Amino acid sequence: MTISIHDFFKKKKKRKAQAHTSEKLDIPGNLWVRCYRCGTTIYSKDLETALKVCPKCNYHFRLSASERISFTVDEGTFEEINPHIKSTDFLSFVDSKPYAKRLKDAEMKSGLPEVIVTGEGKINGWSVAVGAMDFSFMGGSMGSAVGEKVTRLFEHALHRKIPAIIFSSSGGARMQEGIMSLMQMAKTSSALGRLRENCIPYICVLTDPTTGGTTASFAMLGDIHIAEPNALIGFAGPRVIEQTIRQKLPAGFQRSEYLEEHGMVDIVSPRKDLKKVLTNILSFFDFKGE
Amino acid sequence: MELDYKSLLPFEKPIAELYKKIEDLQKMARHGKINLEEETKLIQKRIQKTRRELFAELTPLQTVQVARHMGRPTTLDYIGQIFEGFVELRGDRNFSNDPAMICGIGKLDDLSCVVVGHQKGKNTKENIARNFGMAQPEGYRKALRVMRVADRFGKPIISFVDTPGAYPGIGAEERGQAEAIAKNLRAMAELHVPFITIITGEGGSGGALGIGMGNKVMMLEFSIYSVISPEGCASILFRDATKASLAAEAMKITAKDLLKLGVIDEIIKEPIGGAHQDTKLTAQNIKKAILTNLKPLMHMTSRELIADRYNKFRKMGIFENG
Ligand SMILES: [Zn+2]
Repeated sequence: MTISIHDFFKKKKKRKAQAHTSEKLDIPGNLWVRCYRCGTTIYSKDLETALKVCPKCNYHFRLSASERISFTVDEGTFEEINPHIKSTDFLSFVDSKPYAKRLKDAEMKSGLPEVIVTGEGKINGWSVAVGAMDFSFMGGSMGSAVGEKVTRLFEHALHRKIPAIIFSSSGGARMQEGIMSLMQMAKTSSALGRLRENCIPYICVLTDPTTGGTTASFAMLGDIHIAEPNALIGFAGPRVIEQTIRQKLPAGFQRSEYLEEHGMVDIVSPRKDLKKVLTNILSFFDFKGE
Repeated sequence: MELDYKSLLPFEKPIAELYKKIEDLQKMARHGKINLEEETKLIQKRIQKTRRELFAELTPLQTVQVARHMGRPTTLDYIGQIFEGFVELRGDRNFSNDPAMICGIGKLDDLSCVVVGHQKGKNTKENIARNFGMAQPEGYRKALRVMRVADRFGKPIISFVDTPGAYPGIGAEERGQAEAIAKNLRAMAELHVPFITIITGEGGSGGALGIGMGNKVMMLEFSIYSVISPEGCASILFRDATKASLAAEAMKITAKDLLKLGVIDEIIKEPIGGAHQDTKLTAQNIKKAILTNLKPLMHMTSRELIADRYNKFRKMGIFENG
């Protein structure tokens, strides 16, 4: 979700960020992948072993929801909940193509029915309610289905008395659902109020990118905030800010390390340490579930 | 009657032409050629009629123009008309006072209320001072602080929403604009007191929702409420900011549409030609709506109020399952 009062977006610049997904960088045959940042060619098996972090420059490739879950949750322990909740084109919204078509295309492209996969699993033995967002599905945008799945995940955590973790990756609210996407911010945040009231821990893992309505709701309301290195995290997108204030943005602006410096995240954790950090945190909370 | 062309919007051109006619008549009358009074009356009748017709069928983008009208009454205008003994409460007790957000206490007839609302200006100078009604994180944190005063002392909260959006700036990001709004959302769901929101002008995205989670949410007839500005949506989805009209239609941002979607509870009537034609009458309509809606809420326990608000927002969303 971006805010605009003026005519902010006159020039359409192709954003480099769109090329962040590893998929686009694959060389035919899928055996070798080129690092987006440093250009090093990496054998894809090696990249996989390195949890999709460039061994040369430490660039953290964006993960799909299934990669995230397989890198984080103990093998064979993940059980998905609410897999059938999907978006629907209730406004008959048409921009350059109909929303209904956009949803179908997103499903084809990502292999997922929606942006977020939610479920219960174990992290080094600790039961957690876990959600992983996938940026390749319509930029990880939050519409009614995402809001509902997130809310139900929190309700699941509350019911099972286990901590909740969400790996966020989202450009914000889904404009094709109009105001209803905005209402998801209210819905998910209210559900978090209940978790809080009942002293159920909630851990946010902010990954690249997390912006807009997602940041301004459930992604910023954790008891603990972890960010992956160099992830873009913010409310307004950098372009909107630049066009509003007509100034260059400071180096590293809205990146994880910058947010850590300004007190918005607890830890910036490299992906290779993430499971260990999560385990320490879960061990601290010591919730065994019911 | 004052002939004010400046306040007329582009789509009000037929009205401008009628005003022009009156002006011409006045000139002619100086040469003593016509019965000015009678002719003027006739034209004024036509102005009223034209206005009524135009405003009965505004397009979404025309509604946006009315909602953003420079002369549209602001939160402070309404506070002045609706509340007695208003005392403004400033500052977030942490960083600064945000002039784009007005908070305070006052009496609604006999009832003590807490008031929060975005504040726009009515000219460029005022707008710069008020940052065009775009609040910083401090604004949201101040609103929360003052809403918590209401919560502690069992007073109802009335919020007035009128903002293009939360401010997108370097400082705002550094000080956690997203965190401030998110925290307000969670906190508003937990308020123990009656809470009413009125969208009076622009309900711009998260910046609007950041003070907008009332048990009852109402909109002035020509206000808008939207996840992104039509211009923003147009340039992102339609790749062309001039397609704002299409975006405004597609997103469903008018009071009528939002009532249909169940996102708001009531539409508050505006004078013909928009709120800026008659601040007093608009304020009266708002006050009536507040009192009517507050009444049943005042009889609810804090538990019931929280449940009412929770269920209201919990239900929001349209999706498939299965
Ligand atoms: Zn690299």
